[in-house]
Amino acid sequence: MPSPKRIGKIEFGLLSPKEIREMSVRKIIWADTYDDDGFPYPQGLMDLNLGVIDPGLRCKTCDQKASECPGHFGHIELAKPVIHVGYTRLIRKLLRVTCRSCGRVLLSPDEVEKVIGTEDDLTGDQISEKDVKKERVCPHCGAQQLKINFEKPTTFSEVMVEDGRKVEHKLTAADIRARLEKIPDEDLVPLGINPKVARPEWTVLTVLPVPPVTMRPSIILENGQRSEDDLTHKLVDIIRINQRFKENQDAGAPQLIIEDLWELLQYHVTTYLDNEVAGCPPARHRSGRPLKTLSQRLKGKDGRFRGSLSGKRVNFSSRTVISPDPNISVTEVGIPRAVANEMTIPVRVTPYNIEELKQIVRTGPVRAKVGDPCGANYVIRPDNRRLRLGADNLETVADMIEPGYTVERQIRDGDVILFNRQPSLHRMSIMAHRVKVMEGRTFRLNPAVCPPYNADFDGDEMNLHIPQTEEARAEAQILISVEENILSPRFGGPIIGGIHDHVSGIFMLTHGLRHFTKEEVLYLLRFTDIEHLPKPVKTEAGELWTNKQVFSQILPSELNMVFHASSCQNCQTCKKELCDRDAYVRIIDGKLEAGTIDKKAIGAFDGQIVNRIIRQYGMRRAADFIDDLTKLSIRAIMLDGFSFGIDDEDLSKTEYGQIDDVLNNAALDVERRIKIYEDGQLEPMPGRTVEETLEMQIMQVLGKARDQTGQIAGRHLGLTNSAVVMAVSGARGSMLNLTQMAGCIGQQSVRGERIVRGYDDRTLPHFRKGDRGSDAHGFIKHSYKGGLNPTEFFFHAIGGREGLVDTAVRTSQSGYLQRRMINALQDLKVAYDGTVRTTGGRIIQFRYGEDGTDPTKSAFGDPVDVKGIVEAILKEEV
Amino acid sequence: MLAPKFEKKVAAADLPEKTKDQLRTFLDGRDISDDKFNQIFDRVVREYQSTRIEACEAVGIIAAQSIGEPGTQMTMRTFHYAGVAEINVTLGLPRLIEIMDARKEPSTPTMTIYLEPEFANDRDKAREVSWKIEAAPLHEFGDITTDIENMQVVVSINVKVCEKRKIPPGEIMENAPKKIRDKRHYRDFEHEIDEENARITFTPKDPESYQNLFQLAEHVRNVIVQGIDDIERVVVRKETGEYILYTEGSNLKDVFDVTGVDTTRTRTNNISEIASVLGVEAARNAIIFEALSTLGEQGILVDVRHIMLVADMMCMDGEVKQIGRHGIAGEKESVLSRAAFEVTVNHLLDAAMANETDELSGVTENVIVGQPIQLGTGDVKLIAVKPKN
Repeated sequence: MPSPKRIGKIEFGLLSPKEIREMSVRKIIWADTYDDDGFPYPQGLMDLNLGVIDPGLRCKTCDQKASECPGHFGHIELAKPVIHVGYTRLIRKLLRVTCRSCGRVLLSPDEVEKVIGTEDDLTGDQISEKDVKKERVCPHCGAQQLKINFEKPTTFSEVMVEDGRKVEHKLTAADIRARLEKIPDEDLVPLGINPKVARPEWTVLTVLPVPPVTMRPSIILENGQRSEDDLTHKLVDIIRINQRFKENQDAGAPQLIIEDLWELLQYHVTTYLDNEVAGCPPARHRSGRPLKTLSQRLKGKDGRFRGSLSGKRVNFSSRTVISPDPNISVTEVGIPRAVANEMTIPVRVTPYNIEELKQIVRTGPVRAKVGDPCGANYVIRPDNRRLRLGADNLETVADMIEPGYTVERQIRDGDVILFNRQPSLHRMSIMAHRVKVMEGRTFRLNPAVCPPYNADFDGDEMNLHIPQTEEARAEAQILISVEENILSPRFGGPIIGGIHDHVSGIFMLTHGLRHFTKEEVLYLLRFTDIEHLPKPVKTEAGELWTNKQVFSQILPSELNMVFHASSCQNCQTCKKELCDRDAYVRIIDGKLEAGTIDKKAIGAFDGQIVNRIIRQYGMRRAADFIDDLTKLSIRAIMLDGFSFGIDDEDLSKTEYGQIDDVLNNAALDVERRIKIYEDGQLEPMPGRTVEETLEMQIMQVLGKARDQTGQIAGRHLGLTNSAVVMAVSGARGSMLNLTQMAGCIGQQSVRGERIVRGYDDRTLPHFRKGDRGSDAHGFIKHSYKGGLNPTEFFFHAIGGREGLVDTAVRTSQSGYLQRRMINALQDLKVAYDGTVRTTGGRIIQFRYGEDGTDPTKSAFGDPVDVKGIVEAILKEEV
Repeated sequence: MLAPKFEKKVAAADLPEKTKDQLRTFLDGRDISDDKFNQIFDRVVREYQSTRIEACEAVGIIAAQSIGEPGTQMTMRTFHYAGVAEINVTLGLPRLIEIMDARKEPSTPTMTIYLEPEFANDRDKAREVSWKIEAAPLHEFGDITTDIENMQVVVSINVKVCEKRKIPPGEIMENAPKKIRDKRHYRDFEHEIDEENARITFTPKDPESYQNLFQLAEHVRNVIVQGIDDIERVVVRKETGEYILYTEGSNLKDVFDVTGVDTTRTRTNNISEIASVLGVEAARNAIIFEALSTLGEQGILVDVRHIMLVADMMCMDGEVKQIGRHGIAGEKESVLSRAAFEVTVNHLLDAAMANETDELSGVTENVIVGQPIQLGTGDVKLIAVKPKN
């Protein structure tokens, strides 16, 4: 391992012309790159002193090969100075606050002190343009100051008064440089400039550094042509103009031509530094694409900072489609054999594992079947040479191995890997699982871990990373394993738990009282880890087991808790054990005595039982419980079968009649209210116009009508209906969804109002102008099953589109909010004294969260789950 | 009440008050043996000790994730009705963004004004307070006629309305011209008050221009003569046994001066206003309250501690600072961290000029240079030294 050296700090400063020349290995004077033989011109932009990119050549400066040479800077001597675009605002400020003849700051020492404060008081500001009055007289030499005009991108001029008229006199870069040179060092400090590393005149370039070739490699296209980097293109332009400028200057060309060339040189240097300057047409490639020059390389999401430095690419990773497998543990992940054969873990050979590793090497790179032992793909010799294992060299390499070698072993069952799904919005988006090599071509995961990843199986892909060092594996196992992340730090409750069919299945298993034969019980509990069945209950049909007994088998034996299931209606007086809906859950000593297990008990985000098990028995036991639960519930749902079809939405004739009545009455009520409004009899609500009042009333009437149809439909559809089971148990969907399928879809809305846009005074040409009726503004009286009529279909599409737009806008907005928050808060940590500090040491909170409680470990925010503890010990509801 | 021997033990324990209170309520009126009590007590203490936050925990990132992650689940709908059907309030993600942006003015400023006991239980008295708060333009108090013949605007005040709204006509007549001059910045007129007939006459300075006359009439119509300018509407509602005023528009300072307002409970959703009237600590609490209720309204459970941390970070320097480029993220010490966030190039150029140094203490900087970050397991500097033989 390399020694853990740290970079202490990074200092920023400007390069002086002297430094640029000193670090330069070559003065560049030719605009050409390669000659006809494809060899770089000496003193050209691809000079071999600047580093090499072609394999085979050696760098003339450091004599290293292309892969080792880091590259070296060259330089271009500019014919005349040019301004650095990035510093135009600073130059403007300096020109305005300093004297044009003596270079001093245009403030007397007293005035300076007023702005920046005295020596011991550091609270003051830096001198800014506002502190200096325009066109005043220099307090040091008495020279009259002129107004400085600045025109984007790089033009400065002085405004002189000649014959009573204002005349703009342009300042050349050389003039500006001369003025900046005059500013004395001691006057720069109050301006926020450290003259030791950044003299202001260095912002006007006299010599331009040429970046090494390695920074702007040329690409060889398929047709053998060389394609140069954008930076090289720009440098070619600069050198060409610079040479022409020099020639003209030497030949004594007229001032006009010199000025033109100077401006052109300025343009090229400007766009070389930044190609998106305001007031400056971007330099373009032959194809018309704007060039990506220095600033563009750094900026933005894919720029150097965010794209290459803050986010890095890795090896030892893999990505494929995911699919569910309820039979593997939540802590496992199923990995296709093809992936497992490619992915490796380096293992150092020691006297203790040499025999095992030799065997692994002999197995070679191909694992033919899932159950086979893992092989190895590479062996690394002590001199860091890699040997690829193939069918022909297995034995020789295996015999060669001795301590000091490293074997890159394929992953095998039980290895710790990291699993991730984007967008990685919270820390549970990356969790450590254990490998389980499987056939097939997809990653397999237990559906119970979908909530933290926010994954589903409609084509989602996920990433896998293999930790390569012992430290990484230890951290993965101890800190990021699935077991450690069952509790969410967001609210201190479990976010892993049963979903969808788990909830439906466990609901169907535990609802009411049922009896199972021995065969059925064994079928249900086949995959759970139990040794004895409980004593059966004697009934007329023989010795049977109750459904509650079956569920109790997967509970820890000392669990005591009482709560209300999610099917609880919050009745005025709770009937407790006699609840009609069996929603009063009572678990005593690990035995479910009454109640139905549903979302509230085992669901992700709610999971009362999961939560209690974690507090009482730890994460490991909770993970086992979730494993047992998923297996049991899937078997329970398979015992009865569970499906939903079009006929499950059927109602009887009487219900259809009632629904029609309700909707007709609602339509009439709406008509009546419109009439009242049109007669001018409508009393507006306080602070609302009459129209708004009417709209609100109509919305209310129609909303109520839809709910009534839902109630009518609900009366007909009982717990025999799969959709009702799902809604009641909290597995998926709601009664509203069922209402829309069987009863009435209801009002479609845009921005919370009835649909009003479309044609003149009407939504669609099917209606009369000014029609305010329910049909004309997006009320859908049919159900999804009954089918929509054409106008309803349009309204439904309008309402649906709003939802889509909403989601699209929301993801980008919340993504940016999250990025900002992470950036603002990322440096905070709890110090050893319990305070919250930034990594720089500033105290933000004296005690984290005012009570020092970890939200992850808290019981939904409370420092101690007192209710749970009291219940567990007293074994009764509190 | 707990048995005295238990109470003594609970009171003396090193537990937060909240936990002690929970213990008292859950054990209240129960007949429990000493043994059972001790079991419960010991377990509570043990659990309390085990839920302490660990050192080096990256609490900032956890807080940011905990608030940011549910953002995708929130609605975008800007307008929604919160409790009071009559008043629009921004909710959901836009509101959360607004809070984190530390905007000077929220898009829908509202106030919840509580009243002092003598006003809170009497509908008429509550109404009276509301009149003192709700901005009422002059045209609500009488007829305004534009007399083109004599080039003047005549306001005859309806004394009945004044009586109903508990404001003497004299005050209105005095206020109106003054407010037109001070608040609406229109000064080209003269006025005459006729106390007996409750009538004011406005005459423009320029007797020739009809345009000026109509302009003046417009100002006269809309000048606010009673109530507080920024508060456009007040709704009185009875909630939990008392009358509460909900407003559209917010002006904390002026509302506090109105008699009958309970200044201890009255609140606004304008955080920067709270900061300037009541100070940063109040603003910090307001941020917590607003963020928590915005999230809670959407049915999203987020631990307060996360929001507290964000609020504390925003208010750290004694003023409310934005989360983002113009606030916390833009004022970080580290050049690399700022450059990696936004406006990359400018930060680098300025850093060079000012000769800044990056101490590489934060997260981003260390990721950039490729060394372990100073958080969590990366912060532990424990190296085992092999003993010399």
